[in-house]
Amino acid sequence: MTSYTYRKFKNKLFFWLSLGCVIIAVLPLLSILFEVVIKGAPQLSIQFITKPVGIMGQSAGGIGPAIQGTLILIGLTSLIGIPIGVISGIYLAEYGDNKYADSIRIINGVLTGVPSIVIGVTVFLAAVIFLRHFSPLAGGLALSIIAIPIIARTTEESLKLVPNSIREASLALGVHKWRTIISVDLPAAKSALITGILLAVARIAGETAPLIMTILGSQTFFEGFNQPMDALPLRIWRDAQLPYANFQAQAWGAALVLILIVLSLNIGVRIANRGRLVK
Amino acid sequence: MRPKLSGDLLFKILTTVLAASAAVILIVIAYTLFTGSLPVLKWSGLYFFTGTKWNAVRMLYGALPYMLGTLVTSAIALIIAVPISLGIAIFLADMAPSALRVPISYLVELLAAVPSVIFGLWGLFVMRFWVVKYIETPLSTYLGWFPAFSGTPFGLDVLNAGIILAIMIIPIVSSISREIIQAVPNSVKEGAYSIGATRWEVIRNWELNYGRSGIFGAVILGLGRAVGETMAVTMLIGNAVGPAAIPISLLKPGQTMASLIANDFAEATRGSIEYSAYIGVGLFLLLVTLSINVIAHFIVARSLKIKGGAVE
Repeated sequence: MTSYTYRKFKNKLFFWLSLGCVIIAVLPLLSILFEVVIKGAPQLSIQFITKPVGIMGQSAGGIGPAIQGTLILIGLTSLIGIPIGVISGIYLAEYGDNKYADSIRIINGVLTGVPSIVIGVTVFLAAVIFLRHFSPLAGGLALSIIAIPIIARTTEESLKLVPNSIREASLALGVHKWRTIISVDLPAAKSALITGILLAVARIAGETAPLIMTILGSQTFFEGFNQPMDALPLRIWRDAQLPYANFQAQAWGAALVLILIVLSLNIGVRIANRGRLVK
Repeated sequence: MRPKLSGDLLFKILTTVLAASAAVILIVIAYTLFTGSLPVLKWSGLYFFTGTKWNAVRMLYGALPYMLGTLVTSAIALIIAVPISLGIAIFLADMAPSALRVPISYLVELLAAVPSVIFGLWGLFVMRFWVVKYIETPLSTYLGWFPAFSGTPFGLDVLNAGIILAIMIIPIVSSISREIIQAVPNSVKEGAYSIGATRWEVIRNWELNYGRSGIFGAVILGLGRAVGETMAVTMLIGNAVGPAAIPISLLKPGQTMASLIANDFAEATRGSIEYSAYIGVGLFLLLVTLSINVIAHFIVARSLKIKGGAVE
């Protein structure tokens, strides 16, 4: 039997080792935030967020089209992805005690694991060739496909948090089940539901790979649903590959704007939830 | 009373049908990619899986280097990320003072929220130079005779892509491992403490043992993430094509299946065999990630269910 001192030492050693692991994981996060702020903040100005992209080799211009494109994509995804995701989540939570629902849950999990680039290729084949153009619609469709399984899952989870007694009270008053779901269950699950949807929006706002082959990227503002469009992640990727310092600086500025959108959604949701729990 | 189409029934039908949308999407994805890749599978046959040349002029399409590229970068990611993630899971589940648990797990979750393209940007302009200076230069100086470390470190290579992948999969592996460890029944832990085990001994001999299969599932899920990850890898791997992309040396440019599609698919001529070849790579990537995720799903679901039941 090894001595007690040695065992205590080993215990301490592994405490520090596991703490070290945490530090190793947190360092990149801090470095990313630090670099994005240091390199991106000097870029920010009214011109930077409103002007179109400049001419290569000359001035870099602004990222107005990219911000506009990302907002349009978020809007399209909200129109296509959120209703489908929420409704399938309602089915899973309210009727989902059967084999069919179990397989849907597994398929949702599997769809979450499909690489976004594969979704991009599919939407390109199915939609872009059909529309004969790169199109913001195709981009919104690709991002919706990414968002649907995530939203379905959070909808199911938030509806399951609603106490059954509330449901039964409504049904006992003679209210139809569908009215109960819409007027009682969904409002009761509202804040958890909104949290889930906002996190899904934050997730798709940063997606890049499916946009390469659906909206392609552009240097001008939105020109219609049959024209290429820009988006923040796409702008960052294109700029980072250019050998011009001013475009690389623009990439950092765009990264700061994107990370502000994504992290403010994440942190905002977290703070709102904490407030609710304390009450 | 005459039977009528009630609101309840309509609502149930509507939700039942829309619930299947994920299944429909999955079928459409598989079907579209399959029909799209038929031309290259007919043209190249087995060469598509065993060949190394990718040449539009000579019409040779072998995807082996990119499959190997995905395999090697994911393996590097797992080798680095799994021990670190387990350390984080253990720290957050058992070791950390309770005041630290929430903020630290929050920071690790934030790492998962950072968009892939920003990892790529940071990797390209920041991390790459650290890796070249502190890891790759020593490796090539002292172990340069070994084929895996041959070449001049430049920073756009297989090792860098693997490292950025490792950072990106740490959140998912650590959060699922933590859930698994926390699902170990208290009675098991208390029993171990009561016979005088130290905290580390309880973790090592009971918790990790008990959660073994679930942790394996978490690792497989991380693997699925690493295999499909695109942007950050594309920005760091150097984008070699053809036989040069075979990942023999970790310090030379390579290519993964995902990065090949991201780089070149949009520029291929529509309807050509080359175009179909990229779709074929996409189909193979889909099949790999599907199998990985299905396996991981069943392992994680089973171990959380059994252990969850035992807790109650």
